[in-house]
Amino acid sequence: MDESVKNLAQKNLVLALLVVILAVAPMVMHRSAEFGGADGEAEKVITEVSPDYASWFGSFWEPPSGEIETLLFALQAALGSGFIGYYFGFARGRKKQQEKA
Amino acid sequence: MKKNSILLSAYFLLILLVFPQSAYAMHIAEGFLPVKWAGLWVIVTAPFLVVGLRSIRGSIKEKPDLKMLLGLVGAFAFILSALKIPSLTGSCSHPTGVGLGAVLFGPAAMSVLGCIVLIFQALFLAHGGITTLGANTFSMAVVGPFVAYGVYKALQKMSAPHWLSVFLAAALGDLLTYVTTSLQLALAFPDAVGGVAASFVKFAGVFAITQIPLAISEGLLTVLVFNLLVSYSRQELYDLSVLKKEV
Repeated sequence: MDESVKNLAQKNLVLALLVVILAVAPMVMHRSAEFGGADGEAEKVITEVSPDYASWFGSFWEPPSGEIETLLFALQAALGSGFIGYYFGFARGRKKQQEKA
Repeated sequence: MKKNSILLSAYFLLILLVFPQSAYAMHIAEGFLPVKWAGLWVIVTAPFLVVGLRSIRGSIKEKPDLKMLLGLVGAFAFILSALKIPSLTGSCSHPTGVGLGAVLFGPAAMSVLGCIVLIFQALFLAHGGITTLGANTFSMAVVGPFVAYGVYKALQKMSAPHWLSVFLAAALGDLLTYVTTSLQLALAFPDAVGGVAASFVKFAGVFAITQIPLAISEGLLTVLVFNLLVSYSRQELYDLSVLKKEV
């Protein structure tokens, strides 16, 4: 049991490290890049292909500033992770109980 | 236990309501598809949502304990599509997180969850859009999950190891989502000289290439969560026939 938990933690640590490397590498490789959103890039291509196209519908609401957007982001990620953390905490406790029984 | 899971589902819905995800890359922006195309994608997507709702209702009715797990796959898609990650092309994009749910609950269920995420994002964070909801749901919540599910089932049939099936399912579902977005844009905005094909190459250059490292990341993260589920939620995986009981 302990052995398998250790095994799992090691495996998942490697996976998480790989994800971090994949995210950091581009920043190291392209130091001068802007790293803007790809959707903005796509809008540029649209204007290039169809210069006459005008967006016919605007958004209902936009976050008033980058700070507020970041706030929503941080809260969202925190709560989402909170749920996932709760789930696995619960599942782990349940497993332990079952093993005892 | 039952009360807990109801409370948790309510909590999760509340998160979705109050903090929709913000996502800066992928979805077709509000108003950026001509009316004709916007309508077409709504019509194409609608049946998947109907089937998805039925499929969710079916799995929950059969096994009410699965609600928590459904919340988990929703939360996973929710977080992953909020992570804007830098890519090799010098711009950012985000994974979709729908592959995990597609493997566990089947693709149609994820059409519904993906669509919910997209609606709130369009309403509160000016991402994607209501007018482009049909098209965005089709790429992220129909093509993504169905590709993931197909890849997973095919690899399982060839008795590939679980981790490999899950990895490729999530990664390819992610990548194909963005290929679909590129195709949708190319169909609506064909190049004056080269037509749809030339235009597709341009949009795919923006979306699909950026997405390759992110698709790999999504695959890795999906395997990570899947490993945890195999350890701690074995019974649920049996219930969903993702794992078979070894006799």
